[in-house]
Amino acid sequence: MTRVLEVHDLEKNFGGVVAAHDITVNVDAGETIGIIGANGAGKTTFVNMVTGYLPPSAGTIEFLGQNVVGMRPREVTKLGLCRSFQVPQVFLSETVFDNMLVAYGIAERSGWGLLTPLHTEDREQRVDAHLRRYQISDYRDTAAAALPQGVRKLLDIAMATVRNPKLIMLDEPTSGISVEEKFGLMDIIMQALREEETTVMFIEHDMEIVERFVDRVWAFYQGEIICDAPTAAAMVDDKVREFVIGQEYHPAHVEGDADA
Amino acid sequence: MDFELLIVILVDGLVYSSYLFLVAVGLTVIFGVQKVLNVTHGSFYAFGAYLAAYLIGLWSRGGLPDAGGFLLILVSALILGLILGIIIERGLLKFLYDRDEHIVVLATFAAFLVLEDVILLIWGTDPYLAFQPLALLGNSEIAGLIFDNYALTMIALSFVVAYVLWYGLNRTQFGRILLAVIYDREISMAMGINVTKVFLITFIIGTFLGALGGAYHAPIISVQPGIGVEVIVLAFAVVVIGGMGSIPGALIGSIVVGIARAAAVHQLPEIELFVIYGIMALVLIFRPEGLFAPIKARKI
Amino acid sequence: MSRLLDKTFWGLTAGLVFLFLLNFFLEEWMRTIGLQTLARGLVAIGLLVLWRTGMVSFGHALFFGFGAYTVAMMQIAGVNDIFVLLFCGTAVAGLLAVGLGFLLRQYRAIFFALLNMAFSMILYGVLAKVESLGSTDGIGISQVTFAGVKLEGETYRMGLFVVAIVFAYISALAAHWYLKSTLGMMTMAVRENEIRVEYLGYSAEKAIHAKYIISGLLAGMGGVIMAVTVGHVDPDSMVYWPVSGDFVFITILSGTGNVGATFIGALVYELLRTYAFEFAPEIWQLILGGALLLIIMFLPDGLWSIRSEWRNRRAIAKSRSSEDQAAEQGHD
Repeated sequence: MTRVLEVHDLEKNFGGVVAAHDITVNVDAGETIGIIGANGAGKTTFVNMVTGYLPPSAGTIEFLGQNVVGMRPREVTKLGLCRSFQVPQVFLSETVFDNMLVAYGIAERSGWGLLTPLHTEDREQRVDAHLRRYQISDYRDTAAAALPQGVRKLLDIAMATVRNPKLIMLDEPTSGISVEEKFGLMDIIMQALREEETTVMFIEHDMEIVERFVDRVWAFYQGEIICDAPTAAAMVDDKVREFVIGQEYHPAHVEGDADA
Repeated sequence: MDFELLIVILVDGLVYSSYLFLVAVGLTVIFGVQKVLNVTHGSFYAFGAYLAAYLIGLWSRGGLPDAGGFLLILVSALILGLILGIIIERGLLKFLYDRDEHIVVLATFAAFLVLEDVILLIWGTDPYLAFQPLALLGNSEIAGLIFDNYALTMIALSFVVAYVLWYGLNRTQFGRILLAVIYDREISMAMGINVTKVFLITFIIGTFLGALGGAYHAPIISVQPGIGVEVIVLAFAVVVIGGMGSIPGALIGSIVVGIARAAAVHQLPEIELFVIYGIMALVLIFRPEGLFAPIKARKI
Repeated sequence: MSRLLDKTFWGLTAGLVFLFLLNFFLEEWMRTIGLQTLARGLVAIGLLVLWRTGMVSFGHALFFGFGAYTVAMMQIAGVNDIFVLLFCGTAVAGLLAVGLGFLLRQYRAIFFALLNMAFSMILYGVLAKVESLGSTDGIGISQVTFAGVKLEGETYRMGLFVVAIVFAYISALAAHWYLKSTLGMMTMAVRENEIRVEYLGYSAEKAIHAKYIISGLLAGMGGVIMAVTVGHVDPDSMVYWPVSGDFVFITILSGTGNVGATFIGALVYELLRTYAFEFAPEIWQLILGGALLLIIMFLPDGLWSIRSEWRNRRAIAKSRSSEDQAAEQGHD
């Protein structure tokens, strides 16, 4: 089993505020990790540090055995660690197709190669295949600004997976999506990521989603991880119930594998 | 350094700062409230200078007492403040508040071009010299050097204006409203402030101040085509240095620019312009908000 | 599909051939207008690239002036060949853009615009006071040679014109192709979402720097052409802030949709300026300013948008008439 991500004693202080403390976790290839916790508990800060957007105050982060502390997001992306955003970060005035095209253009070329034409025939085919995988082909020629929220989220994730990353961190993939659509959306996302053989970690507030898709749960509270356990165990853990999901939550009975 | 030289630089610098302040403060207030970098302000200055010079000329040819010149200066600025202010704000800016900020600047640049020629059409290309108020006040001796009293009153005027503005902004109802709009336009609207009216009044005040700068400066200079072009870019430098939207910033900025220029003129004339824009560039590089950035809302 | 030999390519090539032939029939004043159009148009193309990146510079007269004054300085040093001058003027401006770009690429919005303006005014301040470069009076530019060949009279002007249109053509085409490449599309990407660019694996600042250098090169080239055309360089007509404003004017006038459109906009500007100045010297600024206001208010996407507007109307009219036809037939 390949160790994809290894984090030791990660710390982040903003002046007097401790946003992250004593974070030691790891991820093996193929695992699906769910990150839960109240707002402000440090989940997005964690993602920002791992992807290079924020420098940690202390600690180490190793991705596929390589230290990534001090690297910028673009360098981390190129190594194969990508993320999606809670508010989808796309090029709003451009069509879905053009958004993906730019993503492919940057991924496939570097240096002087970037001066070659963007829209080529085989690149178009790769883009279309990718759109099909995320089931957003119908929206190919729609401007990103005009997309329904769910489709925009899929576009955001699709753009993040252009480089076929080894690990992807999704920041609240179903936030802002209606209850009826959440499961459908996650099914599409997880299916696509399985096909691409990407290890997945995502931040989620909806516990039903967590139970259905996740192998292991990390629960954050006030910058620390208060529980790192398989899903079933995490859902009944005392601390998790006290600080994250509440005492009233009744976990559904989940059999082993999350992706049925 | 030679004491006399120091005094000369100081006084000349302050004279230079004073009319710059009058122009720059109008510019900075308009930017603070409406977020518009108003290139047309250069024309307001020029119009002020021309109208004042012209009226003073008429007045003294009519054999009337020279002291009236001061009244004419004030009247010119008031008239122009109202007329030009309303025309530009209601006739142009009103339609552009939701457009890209660069477009708005370009529109004010276009209006500036138009007004420059309007001045030419009205007053022609010959220079106007309205020295009467200058001559009237005579001169004084400071540390063994002679200075025009008129120029000294201009320094006093700018401090008076600065104080009045400070008082108006911080101690009056309208001032509080202005501060609210500067801080956040949307919230102000939600609070029931008539932002449209505030924009118009602010613009008129700004125009008045720009015109006053020109009008009061007229007796000292030769009023001729091109004075607006020169002053606006200097005023920009002042506003950038002091902080866009900040009145104390405009004061400090104009003093910095004024004294820097005076020092250059008297010591090393080649670097006169270089020094001013060099400071502007340095401020933009190290502290883009300016020396006195006004309160910025932290939007989560 | 992104064909390199697309409509713009053919349009520009047709323009090149047309102008080359027209050169034999032009009167001198027309040629001058053409040359000045090309000079300014080049600067505007650079500004177009920056505009697409979401950035506006109020100080590109800096590079324009650098190009122009490089010609003056090289002529003082005895160099008179147009190709050498073009190369050097462009290169000097480009190097300046490389250097300044490290600083400027960190700025956005109005700060970027003003910082550019500050630097252009610094250059103005220096040039206006330096005696050896003529200070505010400027310096004359003498006639150039064409790879060793000396031309006289009208042939000289014709030769200049040919050089100018060829260089303008190459530059415009290069810019157009550039905008179709991945790096060129970064203009849009950086303008729309810098964070996304970063997370896709590219540096937004590097992208901006590249575009800044391109704009500097083009403006420098324009400055060289203007200097040689007018035969004189001085700070007021080449470096002062309204010159930068006029460049942006041309960019707005043309619209940022198409590189070729920039030359059309530059031509309109040139004609406006020349005729307004000739027939109504007191109001040429008024006309120019008024035109800019009209464009801003009524044609925000520039002259080029007239074309797509017209096309849209025709399309709507066509679909209406076919609807009517269908309705009529349905009725029967």
